[in-house]
Amino acid sequence: MEKKTSNGSSSTGTSIWMLSSMIIALFAFLVRVLVSLHPYSGAGNPPMYGDFEAQRHWMEITLHISSKDWYRNTTSNNLSYWGLDYPPLTAYQSYAHGLLFLQPFAPDSVALFTSHGHESPLGKLLMRWTVLSSDTLIFFPAALYFIVVYYIHRGEKDTAWQLAMILLNPCLIIIDHGHFQYNCISLGLTLAAVAAIFSKNELIASVLFSLSLNHKQMSAYFAPAFFSHLLGKSLRRQNPLLEVLKLGLVVLGTFALVWSPFLYSKEAVIQVLSRLAPFERGIYEDYVANFWCSTSILIKWKRLFTTVSLKLLSFSATFISILPSMIQQIRDPSNNSFLYALLNSSFSFYLFSFQVHEKSILLPLLPASLLALEEPLLFRWLTYYAMLSMLPLLYRDHLILPYVALLVLFAFTHYSPYRRYNKGGIDSSILQKEAVDVIRLLYGIRKGQKDSLISHLANCHF
Amino acid sequence: MAETKEKPKERRKTRTISSSRSTTNSQSKKQTPYLTATSTTQQLFWFAGVATCIKLLLIPAYRSTDFEVHRHWLALTSSLPLPLWYFDATSPWTLDYPPFFAYFELLLSSFARLLDPTIVDLRRGLDYSADSVVYFQRLSVIVADLGLLYGAYRFARKLDGARRTMLLVLIVWSPALLIVDHIHFQYNGFLIGILLVSLSFLEEGRDLIGGFFFAVLLCFKHLFAVAAPVYFVYLLRHYCRGGIGTGFWRFLKMGAVVGAVFGMAFGPFIYHRQMHQVLSRMFPFGRGLCHAYWAPNFWVFYIIADKGLAFVLTRLGFHIKASAASFTGGLVGDSSPFSVLPQVTPLVTFLLVILAISPCLVKAWRDPQPKNITRWVAYAYTCGFLFGWHVHEKASIHFVIPLGIVALHSLEDARHYFLLSTGTV
Repeated sequence: MEKKTSNGSSSTGTSIWMLSSMIIALFAFLVRVLVSLHPYSGAGNPPMYGDFEAQRHWMEITLHISSKDWYRNTTSNNLSYWGLDYPPLTAYQSYAHGLLFLQPFAPDSVALFTSHGHESPLGKLLMRWTVLSSDTLIFFPAALYFIVVYYIHRGEKDTAWQLAMILLNPCLIIIDHGHFQYNCISLGLTLAAVAAIFSKNELIASVLFSLSLNHKQMSAYFAPAFFSHLLGKSLRRQNPLLEVLKLGLVVLGTFALVWSPFLYSKEAVIQVLSRLAPFERGIYEDYVANFWCSTSILIKWKRLFTTVSLKLLSFSATFISILPSMIQQIRDPSNNSFLYALLNSSFSFYLFSFQVHEKSILLPLLPASLLALEEPLLFRWLTYYAMLSMLPLLYRDHLILPYVALLVLFAFTHYSPYRRYNKGGIDSSILQKEAVDVIRLLYGIRKGQKDSLISHLANCHF
Repeated sequence: MAETKEKPKERRKTRTISSSRSTTNSQSKKQTPYLTATSTTQQLFWFAGVATCIKLLLIPAYRSTDFEVHRHWLALTSSLPLPLWYFDATSPWTLDYPPFFAYFELLLSSFARLLDPTIVDLRRGLDYSADSVVYFQRLSVIVADLGLLYGAYRFARKLDGARRTMLLVLIVWSPALLIVDHIHFQYNGFLIGILLVSLSFLEEGRDLIGGFFFAVLLCFKHLFAVAAPVYFVYLLRHYCRGGIGTGFWRFLKMGAVVGAVFGMAFGPFIYHRQMHQVLSRMFPFGRGLCHAYWAPNFWVFYIIADKGLAFVLTRLGFHIKASAASFTGGLVGDSSPFSVLPQVTPLVTFLLVILAISPCLVKAWRDPQPKNITRWVAYAYTCGFLFGWHVHEKASIHFVIPLGIVALHSLEDARHYFLLSTGTV
């Protein structure tokens, strides 16, 4: 952004950038608030309800039961009713949200036992606020951080559009703020980790990615890319062994910290782990747009193979498809190729791994959205297909209206006329310029710089 | 452009080519300050598309009693014959808009009937809030906003660059309209659109068709009549010029057009000899001076002054009869709600509005310039808002949007616009 923008000094460039990103972030926030008005998964659908009830139930459990029993079947914790099956950071997050939002304002909604299936307008509002606040506190800053350290650093000009593509991703918005989940936290932590790597803070990146893994085990989709990239970088340093050791210790330390309440005995750890890996399920459920489900029309995987051999098959397929990009990262790690490696590894997991949920498409979609400026075609079509693959899920949730609205909104932001002008490479983003014009106009009124502003406005052409 | 470092060579090459091509484009654009219509439509389409997505997302949002008001009007116009429209009292929300709006509701109700007959049922439909009626009414506002888009288009195509974008932002993305139409629930979008169409014709000097659209607007919502004096003086001086003969002939032509519009609207009711009833429904002077939600206008200060004086005088030993009547209540009756200051009647507010508008009437009389008409109309609506009888705070939209257009012309206006739009909405 600094010297390379055509409109003058670096300070104006930065302020323009700050301003337009603020506007985009505010708009993205508005869209999230509006989507949160719509129904959540399993609304008014007893006895099990849906993900909303699961998250609410976890708040109830973590608030009232000691941490030792969170993952254990006890008289007060019936694991068959939405038992906690995400790593401890999710449990802590549930505890914090329950304590800060639900408990003080609507204690009924998180009372032990009696709150099962609790549904009230206030309860819904508070639950929505927990997601909205997590999104704005974790995902938004992470996206800004990423844009600053990656695109602006490279002198890319259309960063405002790139930011809009990350923040206005329809799939993420509708799953988190419509369907109800906290993907913004785990994906936000991953995004922050990616940005930390680009700003050469490998240790911080390791901490952030470990936290992401500890919030949702699905973040492991990105693990091969992180592992191979950091390994490849360490091998290029003066003291490779020391570097690897440092990273390993940081990761282990983060894990130990997060898992500390469960480290008192081996059984406790195994109990938590057994909750996280539900291998008793089949290779796919419902309609996932991955390899096994799509090919099952022709090859009846479930009938032809046993579950054990299917596990082996899916594991090897995943591993083989990740391998080339891992080798590439170890041999020649670079910032740009790291983004592609993230995409490859998460996509391999999505396509070939065992027991994939259709919502997992959010994981490959994150690196794809980070590459929107470089691979607009791929990103656009991936988003369309991802939305299509989630249609049955969202239809069950009665979220078709926000589905359509978000999809169209995405298409409109993608094909912004300002973007098209900009492709010609005349100037920095027109949207930025015009946003600044409006602000300068208001600012100038105070300062009384009438003439200069009028001439400035008169010169605004594109 | 080409000094981006970490890019592969080929990419850099294509960039340089495209940038050189675009410079020629920008040069050719410089020579023609007025951009082509296609790019205006493209831009408008983009702004409208984004706005529509937001409006769609707002469908399940909070809605005021105005939603039920309009639902009842759908039922009323579709189930009752025309002579009974202005007599119906099934619901407290009686029809109090002019006939064109009732015809508009009749048109909508023919579609609503196909979707769900309960919507248009006079009794079973009362307070009906099923998904069908919510979607139908919300979508009808979104579709009706096409009128607003056309109005915005007529202004936008004459502007260039940043001004056009700002105009589209101010009109198509107007937060005031979003709140009042798509959350609170009303149909102001297309009404403002008709006003903009009328003003744009006047600015082009096509007075007859401009007057026609203003007459149509008045038959949709009579609250817009506050600007009628401005229209009258302007059209008299600008359109009916060119000697006594031509002037009179043009006056007759304009009168015929306006008369025909009003005839179409009110004709059936005149035929049924109901004009008295229609007018009494349209102008409910029985309601208080201020609306239940006080619009921040002159009368609020008047009432505060009255309360304050009453308080001070009682302390000083004067005997003040405390008033029981409320200012905002439905029916005030004969007793004056004021303790000290003189009673305010609708006639007083009417005269005050005229007095407030008069400076711009004088200006319009002396020098009727098409470029100033939008400014005058916006000014008239501001006066009506400040001094009118039973003004609703929503009436601020009437001047906020036209003022937005005026704001594009100079900084002084932009300051007024900013002050008023942030202050009142």
